[in-house]
Amino acid sequence: MRWLLRTREIWLGLAIIAIIGGTTLRSSNFASIGNLADIFNNTAMLMILALGQMVVILTRSIDLSMAANLALSGMIVALLNSSFPGIPVPLLMLIATICGLAMGAFNGILVWKLDIPAIVVTLGTLTIFRGVIFLIAGGKWVNADQLSPGFIEMTRIQLLGLPLLSWFAIIIALLFFLVMSRTPIGRSLTAIGINPTASVYAGIDVGKTKFISFCMSGAAAGFCGFLWVSRYVIGSVEIANGYELSIIAACVIGGVSIAGGVGTVGSALLGALFLGVTNSALPVINISPFWQMAISGGAIILAVIFNSRGSGNKGRIILRQEVPKV
Amino acid sequence: MSQPKLSLSGISKSFPGVRALDDVSLELYSGEVTALIGENGAGKSTLVKTLTGIYHPDEGEIRIDGEVVTLTSPHSAFELGITAIHQETVLFDEMSVAENIYLGHAPKTRFGTIDLRAMHSKAKTVLEGMGAGHIEPATLLKELGIANKHLVAVARALSIEAQIVIMDEPTASLSHKEIEDLFVLIEHLKSEGKAILFISHKFDEIYRIADRYTVFRDGGMVGKGLLADSPQNEIIQLMVGRSVDQIFPARDSSIGEQVLSVSQLSHPTEFHDISFELRQGEILGFYGLVGAGRSEVMQALFGFTRPSRGQVRLDGKPVNLKSPADAIKAGIVYVPEERGKQGVVADLPIFQNVSLPSLHEISKNGFLQLANEFALTREYTERLDLRASSLSQHAATLSGGNQQKIVIAKWLATRPRVIILDEPTKGIDIGSKAAVHEFMGDLVGQGLSVVMVSSELPEIMGMSDRVIVMREGKIIAEHINDETLDAATLLRDAAGIEEVAA
Repeated sequence: MRWLLRTREIWLGLAIIAIIGGTTLRSSNFASIGNLADIFNNTAMLMILALGQMVVILTRSIDLSMAANLALSGMIVALLNSSFPGIPVPLLMLIATICGLAMGAFNGILVWKLDIPAIVVTLGTLTIFRGVIFLIAGGKWVNADQLSPGFIEMTRIQLLGLPLLSWFAIIIALLFFLVMSRTPIGRSLTAIGINPTASVYAGIDVGKTKFISFCMSGAAAGFCGFLWVSRYVIGSVEIANGYELSIIAACVIGGVSIAGGVGTVGSALLGALFLGVTNSALPVINISPFWQMAISGGAIILAVIFNSRGSGNKGRIILRQEVPKV
Repeated sequence: MSQPKLSLSGISKSFPGVRALDDVSLELYSGEVTALIGENGAGKSTLVKTLTGIYHPDEGEIRIDGEVVTLTSPHSAFELGITAIHQETVLFDEMSVAENIYLGHAPKTRFGTIDLRAMHSKAKTVLEGMGAGHIEPATLLKELGIANKHLVAVARALSIEAQIVIMDEPTASLSHKEIEDLFVLIEHLKSEGKAILFISHKFDEIYRIADRYTVFRDGGMVGKGLLADSPQNEIIQLMVGRSVDQIFPARDSSIGEQVLSVSQLSHPTEFHDISFELRQGEILGFYGLVGAGRSEVMQALFGFTRPSRGQVRLDGKPVNLKSPADAIKAGIVYVPEERGKQGVVADLPIFQNVSLPSLHEISKNGFLQLANEFALTREYTERLDLRASSLSQHAATLSGGNQQKIVIAKWLATRPRVIILDEPTKGIDIGSKAAVHEFMGDLVGQGLSVVMVSSELPEIMGMSDRVIVMREGKIIAEHINDETLDAATLLRDAAGIEEVAA
């Protein structure tokens, strides 16, 4: 299983390289370091969001409210920044993360304590969060001239050749990797996705673990709320509208199983990068936006076929197998 | 009555490591009820699955009316007029009664669509014919009680004009009144000339309704005859007769202080007034029929279900077990029956399975210490002689016996005081069984206390120091397991049979 996952990640990595290679034939500077760094930077938020979504999907749930959470958290810090420019930007980043975490915790509480299916809960909160943006902003936008220069610069400052936005994605990916591979909660997230019953008997609180996964996805979305407003220099009801689907698509393409229990940090990152690279490559080779969407859709279906073939029911092991003694 | 309606001869069926059916024979006669009797694991379910075309026998032949038939699929069994009514009736809750009865053979209109009106009126006729006219064909099945669902299942059997009806523990979840109704119905089926196979653990029911009996033990047929000629004692002896190939380890553990005491533990629907104590170094056997409430009591001890009343004390101190995590912390662990669902996490490597309940113990400052994790896993898998090429191997790739060892290693690694083993050897081969038994001896030798829930008499008799028998959610008897205790006594307690003068 793990070996299969690895090979799937290798295949996806090869596919990304092939797309980059193929596009370079048409446009020679596509594979330049500068352009690749740009693509990475453009995909940074999607990677962070896909990581958050992955931990939720691992537990056999789904978070549809991530994009709305992002938009609301982003609007909150945008309004704070325009009204009180004196608040230090790092504090605003923390506020955005905490707002997102609180929204995630709200989803998580409903899933944990009331046992409502996650898809229903987050479909509801998606609409609520968008509605709250409208209420707090009075339907208005926060424009570039209302934001402080420090706020706008935060994602653009160059460090060792990469903008801070890219560094944030790298740091958060490392953080997720650490949590998933080296902490009890990371282990529990995978275990309850594979076998909730056995996990209960092992003393793991399944509901609480799901709650924590929603807190993680919420915090990721909240942090991206700040990043989004800083990068695109706008706060509105509409930002990241429909983006939840891209986030889920990134997970699925990466090999995260919607049935739960299967998914790694690497798979979420590669899934996001695949989408990022195709989205950058297709305009270069003059493919119309319609085809871009169709190709993304095709990639999702292909990924699901790969996954179901890879992790499908292999049947019982009936034949005796050679097992060497330890 | 000379020729049997259905006869099986020389049927054998093997699964890896287990010979589930060994050269068995069985005859069913039209207009008669034949009871199939045997302990759990005697091969009854395998036989039912063979008769309904789910399993294909390795050897032997099946004849209907003297003609050899092959049952290639459930559908071919259905076409040959064999139908089974299962313990947990297999019907569709969201469909109406009539749809359930006629699913797959509904009357059609000229246009090939289902003729609802004909289906309802035919369903009504069938139900009335069997004295179940109170069930409306249009009712959704989920609105019926379990007894009425059984009636629908029987109606389905009648609607396909099955000549051979298999009833697999049909009374297990019925009340007394409902059982009486079912017996009236069985009499009705008999009078229509159906050949009926009736599987039950309950002797009073068997003597009440059946004409003939066949006894299975350890996958073989050990006796058959007319019930009228056979007293209960004779049949019980057939059931419990010892098989020769099971040897239990001798052990010399000294039984020490009381470790666990449970008093008046009750649950509104599952068990009542359960009190017992467990001493250090003791194996306490819990015997009973399936559904006697033994697992339910154990799950309450593990904090999985909340009892309504009663107290649990560990080393004399009351403990409040609100969740499995509490129980594990207190030193009580539970090795559940269904390995697949409740035991191993198949897609995790061995070491991650073993460490799962001990994640916080192997962590330092909130981070897992892989060195600790591997050390822990190695220590306990070696003690259990687990055969695997690497501890990073996924649990799914191991045999059932080795998976069981992972589950046990996982629990031992929490360093428990009391270990509850629920059917520890169910469905594993004899070699692995012996290893598990030997290991239980080691456990108590190291000062642990074991509660063993088992439905297998040899295991109960071979391993326990004391035996508690449960029936219908209550403790019926408690026996010291010495030379004076015989299997027949336990079986009588569990099945609720009065002692008959021999």
